[in-house]
Amino acid sequence: MTTAAAPQAAPHAGHAPMSFWRKYIFSTDHKTIGIQFLFVSLFFLLVGGVLAMQIRWQLGFPGRPMPGGGILPETMAPGGVILPEYYIQLVTMHGTFMVFFAIMPLLVGVFANFLIPLKLGAHDMAFPRINMWSFWTAFLAGLIMLAGFFVPDGAARAGWTSYAPLSARPDLSGASYGQMLWCISLVCLGLSSILGSVNYITTVINNRAPGMTWFRMPLSVWSLFITAILGLLALPVLSGAAIMLLFDQTIGTHFFDPAAGGQALLWQHLFWFFGHPEVYILILPAMGMVSDIIANGSRKPIFGYHSMVFAIVGIAFLGWMVWGHHMFVSGMNPTLGSTFMVSTLIIAVPSAIKVFNWMGTMWRGNLHFHVPMLNAVAFVAMFVIGGLSGIYMAATPLDMFIHDTYFIVAHIHYVLFGGSLFALFAAITYWYPKMFGRLMSERWGKIHFWLTFLFYNCTFFPMHIYGMGGAMRRLYDPTQYDFLKPYQPLNQFISISAFLLFATQLIFFLNFWWSLFKGKRAEQNPWHDNGLEWTLPSPAPHGNWERVPTVYRGPYEFSSPQVAEDYLPQTRKLPTDREPVLAPVAGD
Amino acid sequence: MTHAVAASAMRPPFPAERGVDVYDKKLGMWVFLGSEVMFFTALIGSYVILRFGAPGPWALPGKVLNIPVTAFNTFLLICSSVSMVKAYAAIANGDQKWLKIWFGLTILCGAGFVGVQAYEYTHLIRHGFLPSGYRAGSELAELAAANPVMYGQAVAGLYGSTFFTMTGFHGFHVTCGVISMLYLYVTKVLPGKYSKADHAGVEVVGLYWHFVDLVWIILFTIVYLV
Amino acid sequence: MHWWLPQQGSTFAGPIDGLFIAILIITGIAFVLVEAGLVWFIFRYRRRPGRKAFYTHGNARAEVIWTVIPAVTMVALGVISNHYWVQIKGRNSIPANAYPIGIHAKQFEWQVTYPGPDGKLGTADDFTVRNQLHVPVGRPIVVHLSSEDVIHSFFVPQLRVRQDVVPGMDIKAWFEATVPGDYELGCSQLCGMGHYKMRARVTVHTQADFEVWLKQAAQAAAGGGTGS
Repeated sequence: MTTAAAPQAAPHAGHAPMSFWRKYIFSTDHKTIGIQFLFVSLFFLLVGGVLAMQIRWQLGFPGRPMPGGGILPETMAPGGVILPEYYIQLVTMHGTFMVFFAIMPLLVGVFANFLIPLKLGAHDMAFPRINMWSFWTAFLAGLIMLAGFFVPDGAARAGWTSYAPLSARPDLSGASYGQMLWCISLVCLGLSSILGSVNYITTVINNRAPGMTWFRMPLSVWSLFITAILGLLALPVLSGAAIMLLFDQTIGTHFFDPAAGGQALLWQHLFWFFGHPEVYILILPAMGMVSDIIANGSRKPIFGYHSMVFAIVGIAFLGWMVWGHHMFVSGMNPTLGSTFMVSTLIIAVPSAIKVFNWMGTMWRGNLHFHVPMLNAVAFVAMFVIGGLSGIYMAATPLDMFIHDTYFIVAHIHYVLFGGSLFALFAAITYWYPKMFGRLMSERWGKIHFWLTFLFYNCTFFPMHIYGMGGAMRRLYDPTQYDFLKPYQPLNQFISISAFLLFATQLIFFLNFWWSLFKGKRAEQNPWHDNGLEWTLPSPAPHGNWERVPTVYRGPYEFSSPQVAEDYLPQTRKLPTDREPVLAPVAGD
Repeated sequence: MTHAVAASAMRPPFPAERGVDVYDKKLGMWVFLGSEVMFFTALIGSYVILRFGAPGPWALPGKVLNIPVTAFNTFLLICSSVSMVKAYAAIANGDQKWLKIWFGLTILCGAGFVGVQAYEYTHLIRHGFLPSGYRAGSELAELAAANPVMYGQAVAGLYGSTFFTMTGFHGFHVTCGVISMLYLYVTKVLPGKYSKADHAGVEVVGLYWHFVDLVWIILFTIVYLV
Repeated sequence: MHWWLPQQGSTFAGPIDGLFIAILIITGIAFVLVEAGLVWFIFRYRRRPGRKAFYTHGNARAEVIWTVIPAVTMVALGVISNHYWVQIKGRNSIPANAYPIGIHAKQFEWQVTYPGPDGKLGTADDFTVRNQLHVPVGRPIVVHLSSEDVIHSFFVPQLRVRQDVVPGMDIKAWFEATVPGDYELGCSQLCGMGHYKMRARVTVHTQADFEVWLKQAAQAAAGGGTGS
């Protein structure tokens, strides 16, 4: 890593230029790995989107040949007409790709990697090589999942939750290899996440720059740190469950086989014991990065920093006690339902604290509506809807009615698209200059934002109404039900909005690619932010710092009366600041 | 990447805010073991749930599994933990010779454990104990038909599923440990690269090894003895 | 098309819809407060040259207020919900006089078993009908749910009743229909390729009509036909 003679020098300073392979492919630089995650997960986001468009075609126009569907093989869509067995593959793989290969790696793989060392003043992750393996394992997992579409019988067909015994029995689901690949892929992904989490946690605990105390860490790092703990403890449970499921499919074990004494509900308990912390893995980093961006855009210190931190910890802690709310009508003991209802309702409290603190941050600010700020404010506005609609299903009697309807679909998309994805649009635009040295186009960013905001709400808000009407999820053809037939115009409206929403995302992709080569060159600190990463050139060099920076204050000192400008970088030493006390060196 | 100069491997390579006063590799291993705990909790938890909810009695201890052989194997693994402690103590005193001996013994005991487990598996499978239960027509299936309660015939499928999954994944962890130790032995221990000041590798692999040992003691108790 | 919850067809509809409206009011207030606040802030505090933001790190009293109010609301909501939950799904919620009907779900149909004249399931006069659930109005019904293969879910929107049907488990769910008419029973848990067509007709009869139908159906079943 470094030489004992020059402990302050950057570990890689003075190295010979690296080969293409070491620099871009098998890189151990946390920033390159973050960017690799970015490209790969944006690709999987696109895959998930394409799958969603096919779902929407079938729901809006059941039985009609899909434009361009002619290129699909006979086993999926003969003549472009989607088959029921292909439809449930679409539903399964859309959920799987979006949750595991788009949103999770975009939030954690990209931003935990990119931001943690930069924001803490470290040269790299604690274990750069393990970090590289974490990326390549995730990439492999994605390829394995994608391979599902190309094996006989097609991809997995049991929903992204893969409920046993449907998922465990190829004879009942109709998918043999696809279902196995689903399990293998998630075991790989679990390994990748665990390796990543080990890195993030160790780095945050041990590799902070002098003066970067716990309560001077940006909320983005706090949330990524807590997310890493959730991932570390939740993913192995999924791996264990997926292995059991794989054994049920292949070597004849009976974990989830009721005929031999196995328990179907065991899968649900294991899956949601992982799955609910997973839900917070998918939103906490978004909340953290939005906090950074809202403080920047408001030119004001974050309101209630400590309660924001405690809210993150509180959500993470309570997140382990609410998994049963996915199982109120599963046949689980109803008394457990009461317990899980109370813990679920309580978890609304830290979420509310966060929303009010974001509003408190904007209150009496001087709001700069750059593209990241627009998306961050939209995150707050949309997360509120997703959060509030969660209360309906937390109330057990009401959940008996809306469980497994489109109300749930609306809820999860308000949280994952309205929440996480808007936060990602904000974060990608915000840190893009530090990644690539260029700014994304402001004008196209704003066009993309407003169109997305419009079509997004047109797509997902009506799903609440559809769900209130009792529409079940995962129906290949809802017109089979007389009571759902009148809703078909609504379904077509949703589908057309969804197509426009998808088309709008092409603006983002084009803006992303165009700006890589033609974007305006970014200065060192384009957003006038206080974080350590903005003291580095754009793009930040390998090894980050020549000399480790010293930190004198928290990251949100905007509009401080101590200085004339409206920001005060963490590294700037004012006459009143004292030097931090260094950690004693181990072994001395 | 160039390897750390010995003396700096156990300290942060640059000035840093005070963490937990544990060097990165050791902290990383502790964190990783946290995830391992959750992995085995998932497997063991499922076993407990399935066994308590089983529609019939479990096979009596010792009817299917060979307890004396496994007890010997448990002893072997505990010995390897002791020798690991000795290896660490040796290098903490800068003693290269005893590091080589104790570390080598640890690898031997670990490899022995895997060998005995492989023998146990082949023996069980030959007698008809499979992950799916008792193989039809096998010796065990006949015994179970004669004594359905003693051999837990009704839940043999669950018995096989949980037994092979839990002990199999433990065996996999032991194998990984043996391979990593062998790697360290060849690349670090034999060339004498560890020293009194820098022996992070021994300590970190030792942590893993003790964890795997601890898991086995739990598994041996709940799978073989109860 | 309907913009609201489906027609109310059972005794559960009152409390469930009431709870829905209560939560709609609570979340509606929170929604309007937050969104209106956001819009107001966006307008009021938008960037102006020369303006400097108000430098503050927060306010402890505000934090306490917006922690306590949601907490109290949520706990109250939990208490109210639990009151109805115990009545609807609680261990001892099934009325003693409930009329038993057996429902066996399999890919992709509902096999409905009626107790016959003796009113008891598991006796010789039981008979089974495919994909037709007939129940009398104004009488509690308890369905004994079992599954042949995978998890299905018993769902009748108008009756506001839903219960997963899990292989290996015997699950009972009860309801009491209040309005005679024709409804649909759907599977609401992905159960395979034919999930979308796993549908049955639900007919809520008046008590007298039900007796007539039961007699006819029993005769048809005894005569070898299966009523569907």
